[in-house]
Amino acid sequence: MPPLYSYLCNSEKCVSDYQLLSMKLLVCISKAPDTTSRIAFTDGDKRFDESGVQFIVNPYDEWYALVRAIELVEAQGGSVTTITVGDATCDPIIRKALAIGASDAVRIDANPTDSSQVARLISNYANDKSYDIIFAGKEAIDYNSSAVPAMIAECMDLPYVALATSIDVDGDVSTLNCESTGGTNNVSVNGAFVLSATKGMSEQRIPNMRGIMSARTKPLTVVEASEVIATTEVSKFTLPPAKGDCVMVEADNAADLVRLLREEAKII
Amino acid sequence: MSVLVYIQTQDGKATKAGLEVASFAKNMNVGDVTALVPGTLSGDGGLGSVGVSKVLHFSEGVTDNAQLSKLTQAAAQSADASTIVFSGNNDGNSIAPRVAIAMNVGYVSGVTRLPEGKTFTRSVFSGKATAAVNVMSDVCVISITPNSYGIKSDTGEASVETFSADIGVQRIVLNGFTPTSSDGSVPLPEAERVVSAGRGLKGPENWGIVEDLARALGATTACSRPVGDMGWRPHHEHVGQTGLTIRPDLYIACGISGAIQHLAGVNQSKVIVVINTDPEAPFFKAADYGIIGDVFEVLPKLTEAIKSL
Ligand SMILES: Cc1cc2nc3c(=O)[nH]c(=O)nc-3n(C[C@H](O)[C@H](O)[C@H](O)COP(=O)(O)OP(=O)(O)OC[C@H]3O[C@@H](n4cnc5c(N)ncnc54)[C@H](O)[C@@H]3O)c2cc1C
Ligand SMILES: Nc1ncnc2c1ncn2[C@@H]1O[C@H](COP(=O)(O)O)[C@@H](O)[C@H]1O
Repeated sequence: MPPLYSYLCNSEKCVSDYQLLSMKLLVCISKAPDTTSRIAFTDGDKRFDESGVQFIVNPYDEWYALVRAIELVEAQGGSVTTITVGDATCDPIIRKALAIGASDAVRIDANPTDSSQVARLISNYANDKSYDIIFAGKEAIDYNSSAVPAMIAECMDLPYVALATSIDVDGDVSTLNCESTGGTNNVSVNGAFVLSATKGMSEQRIPNMRGIMSARTKPLTVVEASEVIATTEVSKFTLPPAKGDCVMVEADNAADLVRLLREEAKII
Repeated sequence: MSVLVYIQTQDGKATKAGLEVASFAKNMNVGDVTALVPGTLSGDGGLGSVGVSKVLHFSEGVTDNAQLSKLTQAAAQSADASTIVFSGNNDGNSIAPRVAIAMNVGYVSGVTRLPEGKTFTRSVFSGKATAAVNVMSDVCVISITPNSYGIKSDTGEASVETFSADIGVQRIVLNGFTPTSSDGSVPLPEAERVVSAGRGLKGPENWGIVEDLARALGATTACSRPVGDMGWRPHHEHVGQTGLTIRPDLYIACGISGAIQHLAGVNQSKVIVVINTDPEAPFFKAADYGIIGDVFEVLPKLTEAIKSL
């Protein structure tokens, strides 16, 4: 990755060319509707209506997975490749990831309908490329499945560290903190693995002018999708019933609220 | 045909999430419920009382999700399971997708209610819509959103069998575990009642009134993102789009404006109470009950009223 050298390697952090090329990271990036988007459906309520929707990089992928991967490479040398399963409407968010500092990008040209398809497509692509670590986000904020990274790990027979809040890499050994039921686990893995990133991994990075300029010329490779079959399908999306009016209680009448919660809502 | 449930235990008893998963499986009404229990188990772990007929007990403690996936597949085969049910907590979410891929069957996560045939309902777009998902394979793997179904008691006792399987090697080494809820309250994702506070509390020194209310209600505390970011409260309490998504029966929001990113994590709560000085706070639009008032005056009164129930 020669062009990377000039701007990533601006300090004594970079020890040798060998080390610069040592870490090979893959980051799974998906597009997600901005949280303020209007949610509507088309095609007999079988598909999300994308018209007029502003797409962003899925926040978990951008803020946590991508930025942490870039930090590791800045400190220890290597490359960060992003991978996205989707059509050309994903290109703007991929360019954003490149502007933040990814080295290059791959887009698998497909319109996946379930998580297993995404995972199998990414695994089929990554299988023979010996990435050291595959990063993903905790969940895509549209379908909230939290499934793709565990599925990639299974497809590639790799260990999977879920909900990582920090990662340090020392040679072949990675040490991570991750959220577990009721607490935090500290774990170590030797060799390649998949992780999902959540809050704590890193801070959001705003791309600078130089990043935005260089993103235009960084490689974005579009590859054809291999044949994979979906095992689930959405038969119908439904919007929740409109919420009834909020019942207002006087501020000095807390006892009234308690009575309503007991007698009307029946929850205390 | 049977349903296999993956159950975690604490001190030998099925966890609350585990009992919920077993209740769900029983009420799917598609066959006997078999529970796979790795780790410590005393008696039937309380599983008979929620309708489980057989417990497969794997006595070793296992932490690597790849190994737990292999274990689940072996149990599914042994029980001839047509549906495999996990709790959609951190652990379930890391094992269930692996099982689905390994068995080459459909996976639906975040299921919120009983299915109709092989059509499962899940919540999408951070609670702003629901999706009906059809599973096209014969067998399916699902995970249940914690606290969406509840625990339904049943009669009976479960038989317990020791189970063994080849689960391969452990590749993830667990160096240590640090518990988060040191105050003994229910972890946030499982909590039925949550008292949450935001920037309206002005500073970390004021959280006493929030904790008092939570204690009186037997609730767990949560917070908005800026409160976590500023270090007023621990990060694990942060709910919303970039924090935890929760679904308690009761969510009391104190001094939180109700930004869309905050609502994304809490709008599936069954009843929402909002206390805010600003009548224009967007949270009131998402609330069932509201008090326009100062948290410093309202919370202590509310706590008293609850204590005197
Ligand atoms: C991509 C993105 C992701 C985000 N993710 C999250 C997330 O996961 N979770 C989250 O919470 N936020 C998130 N945010 C931030 C969110 O947009 C809001 O900024 C945040 O929720 C506001 O927190 P707050 O309500 O505590 O503070 P404020 O918005 O400052 O609101 C404080 C409220 O307290 C009221 N108040 C003040 N004094 C009193 C008093 N004495 N008594 C009663 N009420 C009082 C005020 O009227 C006001 O409504 C995200 C933002 C972005 C851009
Ligand atoms: N279409 C996609 N392309 C690339 N990565 C994806 C895609 N969908 C999901 N992912 C990754 O998988 C993570 C979890 O997504 P999900 O399982 O869909 O909730 C996301 O945060 C992404 O890192």
